[in-house]
Amino acid sequence: MDLESEQREETEKHLNESRLTPVDPDMLHVSPEMAIAEADVALGPQSEFVRSTSLWQDAWRRLLKNKLAVFGLVVVILVTIFSVVGPPIIKRTLGFTPDYIPSNDVGLVKSFPPFTGPNGEFSWTHPMGTDNAGRDQLARVMQGGQISLFVGIIATLVSLLIGVTYGAIAGYAGGRVDDVMMRFVDVLYSLPYVIVVIVLLSMFRSQTARGQLVLLFISLGSVSWLTMARIVRGQVLSLKNQEFVLAARATGVSNAKIIFRHLVPNTLGPVIVYATLTIPQIMLTEAFLSYLGFGVQAPLASWGSLAADGVQNIAIFPWQLIFPGVTMALTLFSLNFLGDGLRDALDPQMRTV
Amino acid sequence: MVRFIIRRLLITIPTILVVITITWTLVRLAPGNFYSGEKKLPPAIEKNIREKYGLDKPWYQQYGRMMWAIIWHRDFGTSLKYEGQSVNQIILRSLPISATVGLMAYVLALVVGVIAGSFAALKQNSKWDHASMALAMLGISLPNFVLGPILVLVFSLSLYWLPPSRWGGFASKNLILPVLTLAAIYMAYIARLTRAGMLEVLRSDYIRTARAKGLTETQVIVRHALRGGLMPVISYTGPALAFLLTGTVVVEKIFALPGLGNYFIQASLNRDEPLIIGIVAFIAITLLLMNLLVDVAYAFLDPRVRY
Repeated sequence: MDLESEQREETEKHLNESRLTPVDPDMLHVSPEMAIAEADVALGPQSEFVRSTSLWQDAWRRLLKNKLAVFGLVVVILVTIFSVVGPPIIKRTLGFTPDYIPSNDVGLVKSFPPFTGPNGEFSWTHPMGTDNAGRDQLARVMQGGQISLFVGIIATLVSLLIGVTYGAIAGYAGGRVDDVMMRFVDVLYSLPYVIVVIVLLSMFRSQTARGQLVLLFISLGSVSWLTMARIVRGQVLSLKNQEFVLAARATGVSNAKIIFRHLVPNTLGPVIVYATLTIPQIMLTEAFLSYLGFGVQAPLASWGSLAADGVQNIAIFPWQLIFPGVTMALTLFSLNFLGDGLRDALDPQMRTV
Repeated sequence: MVRFIIRRLLITIPTILVVITITWTLVRLAPGNFYSGEKKLPPAIEKNIREKYGLDKPWYQQYGRMMWAIIWHRDFGTSLKYEGQSVNQIILRSLPISATVGLMAYVLALVVGVIAGSFAALKQNSKWDHASMALAMLGISLPNFVLGPILVLVFSLSLYWLPPSRWGGFASKNLILPVLTLAAIYMAYIARLTRAGMLEVLRSDYIRTARAKGLTETQVIVRHALRGGLMPVISYTGPALAFLLTGTVVVEKIFALPGLGNYFIQASLNRDEPLIIGIVAFIAITLLLMNLLVDVAYAFLDPRVRY
């Protein structure tokens, strides 16, 4: 028995290796026909002169040609860097933290317009002005960015985990199991999930800001996996009858291993594209929930909750809304462009919206 | 077709019951009670409240009674916060407001979106195409709770053209800003969908045939291309309605409209269980019926779809 399974593993390893040896390790994620075609090219007489390109290198090259996508990528990276290293730098150079409230000797109005000091003079201390309590808006927006991006990424990962697993199992199982599983997704699709999330968040409102954040991840992630499940299922359906799956099955690889080692890596292209487009959606939902008061709680702040605070003073202190709002819109704008570019680069056939 | 509709309607009923059950469970599982506030109530008063609202009975009796009333009498009970008002009354009163704003926004989005998207597709890669698609992307990325207040700032607080908020009847200037705010994101989505759909259709054989047999360009586009190119837009209508409902929640809060969404937020904050369940159920029913309608429309427009 032991010997047999060992042999099986040997064979599996061997099969995998034989499929991979002629090309680089990136090939793992390429559909078999593609791998074969590329392998042919690579082994041709000119192989020393023509460098073979993997699907990923190809996609990367196509992405770089798309100006808007590159713009998106650059902005996203810049915003991330600003959010992460911004507050510490401000602490070092100007000496205050995002939640630093200056002492009371500056008069009644503590919210100063951008580039204005306490006496109305020009000053570099607060490039985005200050909020109602006199806190520096720039530092607040940077800190808000941390939370917004964090929520977007973690909740997307949660939705990836659920969606990919669910979709891959449904697609691989096929038949009645698939019918029932996808019917369930259809039903969930038609539900007002944001409404249910609001009920969930308001009922289980956590006492701590951290607890509310975790609740937010779970609830946002658990309602946004549906499209991911559909995409992965479709991919798996078209992949599962190909030879490499047959080969794996013939050598006795378990179903779970076939799904997660052989099928899921091959669906990576569309999954990455959709995940990139899910992040802005989730960030938008988070902002929406925070605006209504169900999302991120003080002392933590996200762009949504900052904008929500700003809306209340829009007539007098418009910069309190405009800076977090515009920063957020710019980030979402860039993420959407990046997602669009990635889709065109990775999966030219999947052009819808 | 009829069988399909009947089957779908039959699935709708258990779905709604499941939604009600989930909502009820969520409200009940949460710690605390609607009457428990900062101060602890004297035990005698608490006992009276529990008796009045039937909370002293076992949970399955409470659940059963609620379900019975909903199924047989379509009665969601009385609101806990707005005393003496039944949930049905509140919904009936606030629905027309939400529906007006939502429908006007959807029609506006559809008209502008389809026109802008079609032009973008017809003049692919032109300046017009790039400009309208960049604008559409901005529409998707700008949260409506940022857009709304900015519009108020510009048109009400600076130019004094339009009233900033409140409900002023069904044909008033008060509606312009909420409808615009709500419509922006759908306009953007619909424009993108139309452009993608039209681009695909314009390359297809039957459009070449239509041109070859001598139809005018207008006829080709309006009669042939739009019909195929709008299919993605129609299938977006279902999800759009779901978004529209959540969008109205924000827009009603920004502009202080006494619509369904505003009541829902208040109910969630007050833990007004009958009102929460009533509104959630109502929204679920609307969504499911609209989705059914979309599927039927799809079958009529695309002869290849058969149920």
